[in-house]
Amino acid sequence: MMDVGLAHYLTVGAILFTLGIFGIFINRKNIIIILMAIELMLLAVNVNFVAFSAHLGDLVGQVFALFVLTVAAAEVAIGMAIVVVYFRNRGSIEVEDVNLMKG
Amino acid sequence: MIVAALAFYLFAGVTVGSAVMVIAARNPVHSVLFLILAFINSAGLFVLLGAEFLAMILVVVYVGAVAVLFLFVVMMLDINITALREGFLQYLPTGGMIGLVLFVELVLVVGGWSLEPELAAPKATPTPALTELSNTEALGGVIYTDYVYLFQGAGLVLLVAMIGVIVLTLRVRVGVRKQRIGRQVARRREDAVELKKVASGDGA
Repeated sequence: MMDVGLAHYLTVGAILFTLGIFGIFINRKNIIIILMAIELMLLAVNVNFVAFSAHLGDLVGQVFALFVLTVAAAEVAIGMAIVVVYFRNRGSIEVEDVNLMKG
Repeated sequence: MIVAALAFYLFAGVTVGSAVMVIAARNPVHSVLFLILAFINSAGLFVLLGAEFLAMILVVVYVGAVAVLFLFVVMMLDINITALREGFLQYLPTGGMIGLVLFVELVLVVGGWSLEPELAAPKATPTPALTELSNTEALGGVIYTDYVYLFQGAGLVLLVAMIGVIVLTLRVRVGVRKQRIGRQVARRREDAVELKKVASGDGA
């Protein structure tokens, strides 16, 4: 119990990832919370990368986590821009309103 | 050793707890604040794992930029919070089922997992001992040599994201009367004022 190893970090990562998935499903209407849940999932992935990197003594895991961080930052910026533009046009950010292209 | 274990349980517990609050909080602003808490605590986890550079990057990039971006957008948009919460209970069973299934799968994977012995072989880029090289230096040595193209690619991704965001949100309004300082300064007295001689009695 007091000997923290790889499995502990992997468990934290698994819990965070599950919470991210769960958050996407229960907050189906609020796109901002959905984006935050995606951030949680990316954080879980990063925890896994860094845990394996530390456990195996290989630096490449941390390098890859750095690239995941980059992509996550870019994704949030674009997502927020889309939300702002959408709000400007429609006056709401309800995801269920986004069915204009249904035909 | 026991201090490290206690620190791990503290950081992990707060991270998971605030992650729960991120998806369960009523107010999106509270969600963002809990997201910041989760990121700071996982930075603590990274420090425990010996990845100081990533921990600091997490604080700087996520807390300093991404979370503040979230906060700006949440506060800028006039969102009807109660309308967005509708259907919370309706989606709960489906989401709970999927989350549970996924969690059980992940537990099975983590529980039944073991390392191949050949993974313990010497690595191409082993982590140097902290006494000879700091984590940041070691990471820089790897990024700028073996992964320099990926590094440039990451820069390109950020550039494309930046340009995309500007293109998306740039709005040129028509019919706005703006001050044009150049034209104001270039104006001469002759263009603006004209003296008219009016004969007396004709001015009515």
